[in-house]
Amino acid sequence: MYQFVSGPLVWIAFAVFVGGMVYQFVTMLRLAQKDKVIYPYMSLKYSLRSLFHWIIPFASRNMRARYEVTIVTFIFHLCLVLVPIFLLAHVAMFAFAWGVKWCVISAGAANYMTLAVILACVFFLLRRVMLPEVQFVTYVSDYVLLAIAFAPFVTGFAANRQWFDYETTIIIHMICGSLMLIVIPFTRLSHMLFFPFTRAYMGSEFGAVRNARDW
Amino acid sequence: MGLPAIPIVSDLGLDETAKRLTSEQIADVVNRILDQETAARFKVYMKTCVHCGLCSDACHWFLSNDRDPRFSPVGKVKQTLWEIIRKKGHVSPEFMKDCSRIAHTECNVCRRCSMYCPFGIDIAYLLLVVRRICHELGMVPQFLQDTVNSHAVTMNQMWVKQDEWVDTLQWQEEEAKGEIKTARIPLDKEGADVFYSVIAPEPKILAQLIGNIAQIMAVAKVDWTMPSLDGWDNSNMAMYSGDFEIMGRVERAQYESALKLKSRRIVMGECGHAFRGAAYDGPKWLGWREPPIPLIHAVDFYHELLTTGRIKIAKKFETPVTVQEPCNIVRGRGLGQKLREIISMVCEDFRLPEPGLEHNYCCGAGGGTINCGPPWKTSRVKGNRVKAEQLAATKAHIIITPCHNCHSGIEDIIGGYKLGMHVKFFSEILMEVMEVPDELKC
Repeated sequence: MYQFVSGPLVWIAFAVFVGGMVYQFVTMLRLAQKDKVIYPYMSLKYSLRSLFHWIIPFASRNMRARYEVTIVTFIFHLCLVLVPIFLLAHVAMFAFAWGVKWCVISAGAANYMTLAVILACVFFLLRRVMLPEVQFVTYVSDYVLLAIAFAPFVTGFAANRQWFDYETTIIIHMICGSLMLIVIPFTRLSHMLFFPFTRAYMGSEFGAVRNARDW
Repeated sequence: MGLPAIPIVSDLGLDETAKRLTSEQIADVVNRILDQETAARFKVYMKTCVHCGLCSDACHWFLSNDRDPRFSPVGKVKQTLWEIIRKKGHVSPEFMKDCSRIAHTECNVCRRCSMYCPFGIDIAYLLLVVRRICHELGMVPQFLQDTVNSHAVTMNQMWVKQDEWVDTLQWQEEEAKGEIKTARIPLDKEGADVFYSVIAPEPKILAQLIGNIAQIMAVAKVDWTMPSLDGWDNSNMAMYSGDFEIMGRVERAQYESALKLKSRRIVMGECGHAFRGAAYDGPKWLGWREPPIPLIHAVDFYHELLTTGRIKIAKKFETPVTVQEPCNIVRGRGLGQKLREIISMVCEDFRLPEPGLEHNYCCGAGGGTINCGPPWKTSRVKGNRVKAEQLAATKAHIIITPCHNCHSGIEDIIGGYKLGMHVKFFSEILMEVMEVPDELKC
């Protein structure tokens, strides 16, 4: 079992992830031709201007108004991306498989960052349950997606702390991680891919066409 | 969730249509529109929205209805498109009635929410897709549909007939000549610097605004013209009902009229939604990146007249004023700063609204909502309490707004919330304060 999930399953997950992202990206480009306003309106300058104001914490009005969401969201996304890439255990597995390695974060930092992701998920869950405007637009799938993002981190944390049987935990962890990679391109988690493009388009329409700010 | 019931409003345009529609017809239309008329924007927006609700605080409807989630931008998308897509278009006529209520009467497509969505999803565009579906089904509020019918028949919004149009211009020319000797309304003059266009309510119910512009043009010595035939009305209610074919016809008529007269540019009167139709939605539908001849809004034009000294101010307007910044020229064209500048140039005591510029709240009338008529007025006024609070906080007496929709919408809010304020167009203030050389006076 361990052999399968740490080997073929991970490769399948990566293949589906990369293939799915490429498929979604190509589909988007193709559909953008049909949407006759997109290419004529796109502007690099205003795309970057918009992205800049939305990837810097508090650079937009709503980010300042909803400061608690801003803080949690930025920490969540940063840790969510950085921990899996720079965790020693992950880098080591790539080193064994491919012989390539890159820098790693310390075990302490990884612990805190993982904890941050877990707590952020709890925050998102509470927000979903407690705020009427979020509850109203919540489907079961929103909880499932949150659980999918939550699972690899909580299982990874548990494995690291050896709270339960290590081998079982790590197998569950790898299944959860693979599952997350597999579903990203085909669910709303695909905002990972689409975010820069939706932002760039709106930034271009606001900046190049409407001469206004969008933050 | 224990939300209060939405009051039932009787509207023949919706009630009668619902009686004759079938679920199959609806599914056919939905699938045709979604397959053939939407592409990357729609599909990506639907896939990207993570249901976070962060757009909610952008919406005056949501804020004014005590944060009722049914009025948040994403809440409106949920109650319409998400359900339509989930059921692959097989929804009931009653459901489509609700879609029209939400998309036509409870959303001003003001686009404030797209500035609050972290992904920049154009939620107003999504609601316009709902309107498009509603239009194709004939599910449009009766009063709004009447304005579209008027566009289709007369190319103007208010059934103004050809003889009435020319007659009104001549009448207003007489009025203007009574004040300023050189005031004229030159009809069909070829090669003029300015092709001036208005919206149909001006000849129909606010004719003095045309007389005013004749005087302003005379004082500023502007080489201008107006067309005697179709193409003079730049308003476009079809854009808001979802009848994009008529929208395209109306916009094309205006540009063709200006091109036929070899005008150098179109200056449009004080209207935001008309500007939107002519500057964006019309050209988008017609496949033009930019309009074929330059088009500027009255705010830009007055800014030019005031900063170049063609209009001088005799004595500044003293009553405290504030501004209602029209979404379609502020968020739609970045004219917020220029608008503030011209008001500062003519008014002594100008009080800024908060929030302002691109973040200003919509008047609640825009997006065709006011054109849905009297049946929907109560919910419209209730849905913009934040605007009343924003205006009241300025303690101004006069609200200046360079937009017809804003003008009517703010009047309703003033009445509804007993603000005791008055609304004026910028040109009305300008008429009171501009310096008229002695040789031009009658």
